[in-house]
Order: sequence, then C-alpha cells, then structure tokens
Amino acid sequence: MLVADRIEKKAEDKKLKIGKYEFTSRLFVGTGKYPSMEVMVEALEASGAEVVTVAVRRVKISESESLLDYIDAKKYKILPNTAGCYSADEAIRVARLAREAGMSDMIKLEVLGDEKTLLPDPIETLKATTVLVKEGFTVLVYTSDDPIIAKKLEDAGATCVMPAGAPIGSGQGILNKNNIRIILESAKVPIIVDAGVGTASDVTIAMELGCEGVLLNTGIALAKDPVRMARAMKLACESGRLAFLSGRIPKRLYAKASSPEKDF
Amino acid sequence: MKVILNGEPKECPEGTTVEKLLELYKIDKNRAAVELNLQIVPRKELSVCMLNDADILEVVTFVGGG
Repeated sequence: MLVADRIEKKAEDKKLKIGKYEFTSRLFVGTGKYPSMEVMVEALEASGAEVVTVAVRRVKISESESLLDYIDAKKYKILPNTAGCYSADEAIRVARLAREAGMSDMIKLEVLGDEKTLLPDPIETLKATTVLVKEGFTVLVYTSDDPIIAKKLEDAGATCVMPAGAPIGSGQGILNKNNIRIILESAKVPIIVDAGVGTASDVTIAMELGCEGVLLNTGIALAKDPVRMARAMKLACESGRLAFLSGRIPKRLYAKASSPEKDF
Repeated sequence: MKVILNGEPKECPEGTTVEKLLELYKIDKNRAAVELNLQIVPRKELSVCMLNDADILEVVTFVGGG
C-alpha cells in the first residue's frame, strides 16, 4: 500500500448517524440568501454537504420557478425547517406539512422567541419536540447553548440536538465554548452546532470541541465569494474533525523545546 | 364556486378535486403539501378530495432557508 493511501485510510472516519440516516459529510448547509440559484448550486457542490436545509412557505401562484428545480434530491438529503415559527403549535403544523410535501420525516425544529434576537424559545421548543417525537419525526432541534435545555431536549427524544454557536446570521462564531463542551460531555445523541458561524475557523473550533457536525447558511451565502467560502467551510470541517480524532496536545503555560537541548 | 387559495379568492367549477385545482394553477403536487380548512390532505387523497364552496386552502412548498 502506498504511503498516501495509508494516510488516507487512517483519516477515514465513521459515518455520522442521525437516527436511521447516515452521512459522510459533517457539514450541513442552508439554501437561503444566495445571490442566485446558480451560485447556490455551485456552493452546495463545493461544500461537499449531503444534507441541505430548506424552509416551508406558501406557494406563490404566479411563480413557476422552484428551489427544488435546482436541488437534486438524489444527491442531497433535504432537511425542511420550521423557521419563522414562534410557538410550538405553529412549528408542529409546519413540520406536518413538510412531511406531507414528501421529503422525509426529518425536521429541523426551530421555535423562536422573538424577531429581534431570533433566539430559541426553550419552552415552546421542548413542547414541540415532545409532540413531533411521538408522531414519529426524526427531530433535529435548534436550541441555545444552554446545557440543561439541551439535555431536556435529548430526554424528550430529539434525534440530534443543535445548539447555536451565536445568534442566527450573526457570524460571531462559537461564543461559549465551555457550554458546548458541557453539552458534549453528557450527550448521547449527535450534537451539531447550528447558527452563528462566520468563517472557516468557527467551523473548525466546533469540530475540534467534538461536535458531530456543523450547520450553516449565511456564512457561505453572504460571503463575497460563496463558492470559495463553501470550499473553505468543507476543509475547515474536515480539519476540525481530524484534529479532534487525533487527540491534541495539552496546553502548557511554559515553553517546551522541539529540538534537542544538549549534545552540540 | 369560490375557494380561498393561499389567501386569494379563486373561481373553480363544481366538482373540482384538490388535485384538479393544483393542476389549474400549475402547482406541482409532488412538491407541495395541502391544507384544506386547516386539515392536511394526505397526498394519496388529493385526487379524490372534493372542494366545496368557501373552502380555504393553504398550499406550501419549499423555499431557500437555513
């Protein structure tokens, strides 16, 4: 076996399991806010994502163009969200409609508290999770980085818990690494950082912490060059995952020479 | 008769099914979900579900989102 092949083999990773679904790529990418459909198509390709999120909205009767004309459902697993819902009841309604529209039983559940912060409403989110789990949905639930609510969502049967790194679309990165670490310590379901990612290093940080994946949209869609940024995010995700699996050195307060100190 | 489709009043003949209405407005039923008077119409019932005067329909599909 060639050295290069051996290295490649060592870098192999187990698949990401979300309920009954399995994915190789750990980067989930949104489909909103791109400058054009063509740029979106290229960016999705460059990101290597296998899961792409979509929103559920009223059909505009005069419009003939559909987002789904641009997304190959054989290539991507489509993950509908409940974005724009501010109560458990609304989110449950949208989730049921999304399932009926025929994509899958996977739902990105998001129930927001208010329009200014777009922060999740933990109480309504928990209520909706309980109902949707009972109805057989594979629930990937968006939440804040609070470890207690994250645990409660897991206990309510969420298949995947997705704490925000920072507020939606804010690009501030992973604001509270310690909270993410605490969530990871006790989680028995995959933890995916969702929202707040601004640039590639934010993705790497999430993956180095041990998250199972990262979900992002704005960081790619509104970058000056979305396609190039999508590739950066893909590499960042892989780098962070590899670094996590490799076991980093402990941090030290003082220096430690890399070259032999004696025997000149 | 008149139905409300996504908030807009629309005319359709008596005996129109949900599926026919979608066809009339060129909505791809394979990419849509339909709520009739707040109840989801299962996909397999679209072709047999008859509309009545003053029915309220919500038809949703997928758009870009994060």
